[in-house]
Amino acid sequence: MLIETSATGLVEVEKGVKVLPPNLIVTTLDKVINWGRLSSIWPTTFGLACCAIEMMAVGASHYDFDRFGIIFRGSPRQADCVIVAGTVTKKMVPVVRRVYDQIPEPRYVVAMGSCACTGGVFKTYSTVQGCDSFLPVDVFVPGCPPRPETLLEGMMMLQEKIRKERARWSPWR
Amino acid sequence: MIQREAEKIFETRELNVNMGPQHPATHGVLRLVLDMDGETIVNVTPYVGYLHRGIEKLGENLSYFQALPLTDRMDYVSAMSNNIGYCVAVEKLFGIEAPERAKYIRTIVGEMSRIANHLLWLATHALDIGAMTVFLYCFREREWILDLFEMICGARLTVTYPRVGGVRNDVPQAFLDSLWKFTDEFPSRIREYETLIDQNRIWLQRTVGIGVISAEEAVNWGMTGPTLRGSGVAYDIRKHMPYDAYDQVEFDVPIGTEGDTYDRYRCRMLEMRQSNSIIRQCIEKLPAGPVMADDPKFVLPPKDKMMPVTHPTDMAYFIIEKACKGCGMCLRACPAKAITGEKKKPHKIDQSLCLQCSTCFTTCKFKSLTVVPGGKGMSDDKLAELAVSPDKLPDDIKEAQQALTRQFDFIKKGPKVPEGDVYVATEVPKGELGFYFVSDGTGKPYRMRVRAPSFIHAGCLPRLCKGHLVADVIAAIGTIDIVLGECDR
Amino acid sequence: MAVTEVRLTLQPLGLAPNDIAEKIKEKFPTQVLEVVDFRDQVSVIVKKEQIVAILKFLHDDPLLSLDHLQDLTAVDYMKKKEIRFEVVYNLYSTRHRHRIRIRAQVPENDPKIDSAVVIWAGADWHERECYDMFGITFAGHPDLRRILMPEDWEGFPLRKDYPLKGPEFDKDWTGFTDVVKRSKELKEFEWEG
Repeated sequence: MLIETSATGLVEVEKGVKVLPPNLIVTTLDKVINWGRLSSIWPTTFGLACCAIEMMAVGASHYDFDRFGIIFRGSPRQADCVIVAGTVTKKMVPVVRRVYDQIPEPRYVVAMGSCACTGGVFKTYSTVQGCDSFLPVDVFVPGCPPRPETLLEGMMMLQEKIRKERARWSPWR
Repeated sequence: MIQREAEKIFETRELNVNMGPQHPATHGVLRLVLDMDGETIVNVTPYVGYLHRGIEKLGENLSYFQALPLTDRMDYVSAMSNNIGYCVAVEKLFGIEAPERAKYIRTIVGEMSRIANHLLWLATHALDIGAMTVFLYCFREREWILDLFEMICGARLTVTYPRVGGVRNDVPQAFLDSLWKFTDEFPSRIREYETLIDQNRIWLQRTVGIGVISAEEAVNWGMTGPTLRGSGVAYDIRKHMPYDAYDQVEFDVPIGTEGDTYDRYRCRMLEMRQSNSIIRQCIEKLPAGPVMADDPKFVLPPKDKMMPVTHPTDMAYFIIEKACKGCGMCLRACPAKAITGEKKKPHKIDQSLCLQCSTCFTTCKFKSLTVVPGGKGMSDDKLAELAVSPDKLPDDIKEAQQALTRQFDFIKKGPKVPEGDVYVATEVPKGELGFYFVSDGTGKPYRMRVRAPSFIHAGCLPRLCKGHLVADVIAAIGTIDIVLGECDR
Repeated sequence: MAVTEVRLTLQPLGLAPNDIAEKIKEKFPTQVLEVVDFRDQVSVIVKKEQIVAILKFLHDDPLLSLDHLQDLTAVDYMKKKEIRFEVVYNLYSTRHRHRIRIRAQVPENDPKIDSAVVIWAGADWHERECYDMFGITFAGHPDLRRILMPEDWEGFPLRKDYPLKGPEFDKDWTGFTDVVKRSKELKEFEWEG
């Protein structure tokens, strides 16, 4: 990042980030690591029901997910987060929890759609009323199904959450 | 002897592999346990039920109108078709018919939904087999169709636009113009997909001769839709038992010969072209008229007929003490429990709880319950001054109260449906969607049964995959075109 | 490899539903209890004893040839009728274009009926679902186990005496309650940052 300026010495471009022109940036390790993590969140493909179709639509070319750095990975071992898109039934609960347990830290959970947030329309014997009863959810994205823009905003909120993290990478947390 | 020695060294066992509910290629939460001899499949056991949400039981607890949005969420790829299937079945049960314009509009959106479904089917089928570009191309067209859906009803995916007795609202002219432009361009887009994969060597190797099933066997296994027509059986419900405007348009039905994956693929591609032509014919022939049936026993009248423009919304309901006999009928009838009082003593309405539904107004036989126009928020003493006996109220207010009570009853209790059972099938993009209703006279179905094509087709997987390789299982899942929301309900 | 587009010219409609009902009554006079006609759809209510023979007759007879089993389901008439369950078969003929519905009565104290898998292979999963949702066992079915609910679920959900919201959390399916309890224990190790 080359900056053409006549200033000498450190210039504060944003809070906590100082630049020594032309190309030396001084900042905290937290900020750099968080910036790296939030710019490439890789979710594991976990589409359950109707919201999965909207998630696929976000991944397609009209509402591109890739420009946010979000690429879908097939295996949870190589992923960063899980987007629970769709209704979680009781039969599926052990599977969801197992997939979540297999994701290495740091990991996040996005509950997409009304069914994943609170059970949605289905208040029945086989539907779990919200996946937050067995998963620690970071972002709730309501809607039935949420528009692609809503899901994008949800991911941006997740990015904001990651930006504010402190010392998650350090061994003394 | 050498052979016997060799057999002792090489001991083989069947390999069991789990293709779990979380898998990029299983089109949802389908679990398959593959028993394999090396790479060849000996048996496939599908496990479904990971998306069983209890829609049939929920339908028994909701009225016919409230259960309509549940059908969107079954086959969520082509939501309009599910709604149309439900509406046609309920209309048959009620004994009403949608007006002509509504039938044509339902045909149009049904065919648009068929195109959207086949585009998504092609996208995922090709993606699983390896052709990733087709996925992005198909989604480009699908976004166009979803934008058109949004133009008429505001929702992209779970639309709930066809209603019992017609459709929710009329289509704007801008929609029809935009749709006409779509139908102009769409055949060239289909040609684009075909150039990518139709004669492609890899595609042919992976789909020709895979999942072959003969015509009698396919009917015996219960297959319907393009999955069945690829084997050569000419069974299309739009021709056999026409509904909506399908008997007014001319279209061909693609029938295959070999019964393999490639024929089913070609059937669906040709079906997309036929749907295009049906939409064009319907737009040309679209008649003018209402879009909702006009039967007050089964269909809500439009809102502007219900509440006359002069009917103010700040009515207060008041019991005239002198006339009240304390019979308690209004107390029992009030849905908000806003009326208090002891037997034989004058009753009182709590204005803060009152819903203004006018049920008490129509229940009172002793002419003690009246309305005070503009009285909302006033104290009881002021209302006592202003209240006049219900006989002396102007006619339009009396009529409006009667209409309001009727509407309230209709929504709360549902329509009065005759007892009996019907089974109506419609041709959704995936096959035959059947609704079996048993009615016991109340406004809620006694039994709502959904015959989902995906459920039957998922049961046919063991038959289709026997003797093939693992990679062909993916092709077989793609060709039967299942969606787990419908399969599990 | 040729897929052709066919302008279907269909056969005229086959037998009227009431005629099919008459044929069944002729062949099985002791088994037919009632014939119901509602909105031009005819249901034939039969006893469950010879159901496979009735269905085979409908399938094999060349004039009837009801080869397509559209639907196989059950209805629970708890307290509304003497005999609690009815297994409903909706049949259609792709060749002759006529249809009929057969309803076989199954009592509550003996919820067993013969399986139709011998005639239609597609009845397999339909019957498993009936067993799962209602508890009706099908004699002769190759693999009768639960299909939509977890295999060790207790209770039959679509019966009228089963609550919509399901069992309380304590009495719920162990697969679910175990995971919830375990996730509560693991919660202290989650990042709270």
